[in-house]
Amino acid sequence: MQDIAASMPMTQVAPRDRSRLIVPVLLFATLALAPLLGLVGPDRYVLALFTRCVIFAIAALGLDLALGSGGLVSFGHAAFIGIGAYAAGILTASGIDDAFLLLFAALATSGFFALATGAISLKTRGVHFIMITLAFGQMAYFVANSLKAYGGDDGLTLANRSTIFGRDLLADHRVFFYVSLAMLLAVYLFARAVVRSRFGRVLRGAKENETRIAAIGFDPYPFRLVAFVISGMIAGLAGFLLAEQSEFVSPAFMTWQRSGDLIIMVMLGGMASLDGAILGALFVVLTEELLSGFTEHWRVIFGPFLVLVVLFARGGLLGLLTGRRHG
Amino acid sequence: MSTALLAVQTLNGLQLGVLLFLIAAGLTLVFGVMDFINLAHGAQYMLGAYFAVTAYGATQNFLLAIILALVGALAAGLALEVAIFRHLYGRDHLDQVLATFGVILFLNEAVRMIYGSTSLAMPMPEVLSGSIRLMPGLLYPVYRLVVIGAGIGVGLLLHVLVNHTRIGMLVRAGASNAPMVSALGVNIGRLFMIIFGIGAMLAGFAGAMVAPIFAVEPNMGDNLLILAFVVIVIGGIGSVRGAFIAALLVGLVDTLGRSFASDILRHMLSSSAANQAGPALASTLIYVLMAAVLFFKPAGLFPARA
Repeated sequence: MQDIAASMPMTQVAPRDRSRLIVPVLLFATLALAPLLGLVGPDRYVLALFTRCVIFAIAALGLDLALGSGGLVSFGHAAFIGIGAYAAGILTASGIDDAFLLLFAALATSGFFALATGAISLKTRGVHFIMITLAFGQMAYFVANSLKAYGGDDGLTLANRSTIFGRDLLADHRVFFYVSLAMLLAVYLFARAVVRSRFGRVLRGAKENETRIAAIGFDPYPFRLVAFVISGMIAGLAGFLLAEQSEFVSPAFMTWQRSGDLIIMVMLGGMASLDGAILGALFVVLTEELLSGFTEHWRVIFGPFLVLVVLFARGGLLGLLTGRRHG
Repeated sequence: MSTALLAVQTLNGLQLGVLLFLIAAGLTLVFGVMDFINLAHGAQYMLGAYFAVTAYGATQNFLLAIILALVGALAAGLALEVAIFRHLYGRDHLDQVLATFGVILFLNEAVRMIYGSTSLAMPMPEVLSGSIRLMPGLLYPVYRLVVIGAGIGVGLLLHVLVNHTRIGMLVRAGASNAPMVSALGVNIGRLFMIIFGIGAMLAGFAGAMVAPIFAVEPNMGDNLLILAFVVIVIGGIGSVRGAFIAALLVGLVDTLGRSFASDILRHMLSSSAANQAGPALASTLIYVLMAAVLFFKPAGLFPARA
């Protein structure tokens, strides 16, 4: 029995499997306690580092919905982060700093961009989808570069963090961290619900075998489009948080290399598992920080590491931890 | 816009197009025949430039430097193929993207470690350093014309190689149906290696040729890689002819767009709006072109696969 269960793809694992709760509970507990490290090290540095982890975990979760569950290899997801960030930045620059308004603007603009580009991109398949999402990502990048009124390629410094009902609660780094963490938890639970719903099953079915899904009467296109929009909006949320945290936005948020980083996070962690996306984001941000403290040429170590992971650890980090192969 | 300016920008566009073709030709063959996405192709172009600069420093001879750069690019390409890439041919595109992304990180950073972040320059040969008068009021650097000529020359050579030799026949057959070629008894592994070697040499050649006119620096291949992908997607994956035409198209559209977008928009919009929108439009023009081509002809303009 065990062998059969192990060989079954992740999509068919029984939902009541309690052991599957261990990884997410551990992950969130670790993150919630992470600021305690501030007791031994420089407080603000630790908080800023883990806030970054949480923000990129949100973005990676967003990408995992499209990439892991939907099989949509988007090579332009950094654009959604950038658009969310710019929405917050531009509104702040024009004197609006209500957090709810900024958040709404970030979600609306990134969602709209995802809808428009997704509607076109999803007409293509495979490699062409990778390339067309890359093209749209580059367009967003160059448009941001040409926004002279908002700093052009230098970027835009935000005068202040946004306010909640007129009070600057988010200015406190600790509060901001826990707000971000709460958003990550909310996104995680939402993504989990989406994946397990009927909608999610159609999405995964279309990834496994499009012909079969079509044969039982589903057109995958609208399902994929909705998944792409949700995915883009989650990345937009991450962009909003990133702009707030660094109090700065710049076109560098949406380079194609950043899109590559997001794919790395999802793949390293283990695709289509949600837990893996969070794990991957944590791993990439922390490894980058650790290695760059060790040598400025940390990429010389990280690059070959990626190659080795692809060649030898096909289930990602989560696969190594749990002995399961996902995706 | 004057005629002279238009002529100069057209030549600049051709030069970018030729450069893109040299990079895209290898990329499209590797992609078309082996179904392999090689993001590290841009880094191989960068290696060509660095090899040329290093070889020139050692020999003080331009021609020798180019030849040594070609040899170096070939060796580096084959080493990568044997060590990493051949294990990825049968794999998912996503695995290929991730692994070759790792190779880019490594190569860019390794070059930064060895040569530093500041850009290097390679002096151009004395004979080619002048300018030539193409028409009244139009001086154009000789070296840039040489780059255009060399690119077109390599294009012709590649055309002959692909269309009129036995190995070219296998390449074309591989681009249209690789498993069938293998089933007919061709050593597909060796064919892949040859194609990969040619691609690496072409990218290295492009890097070496532009070393005297572009800044030689880490990451110099990153943006050209993306442009090369735009080229092969527009041209049709696996088609050298498509890559040639699309490369010239992209080179011209990009260069002319950057020079004249604001001027053209000024006829339609107010002057300040045109100055705002011009640069944004110019830099996104080729991506709009690519998205449009993919939307109407998803397989590109000259698909290699039937």
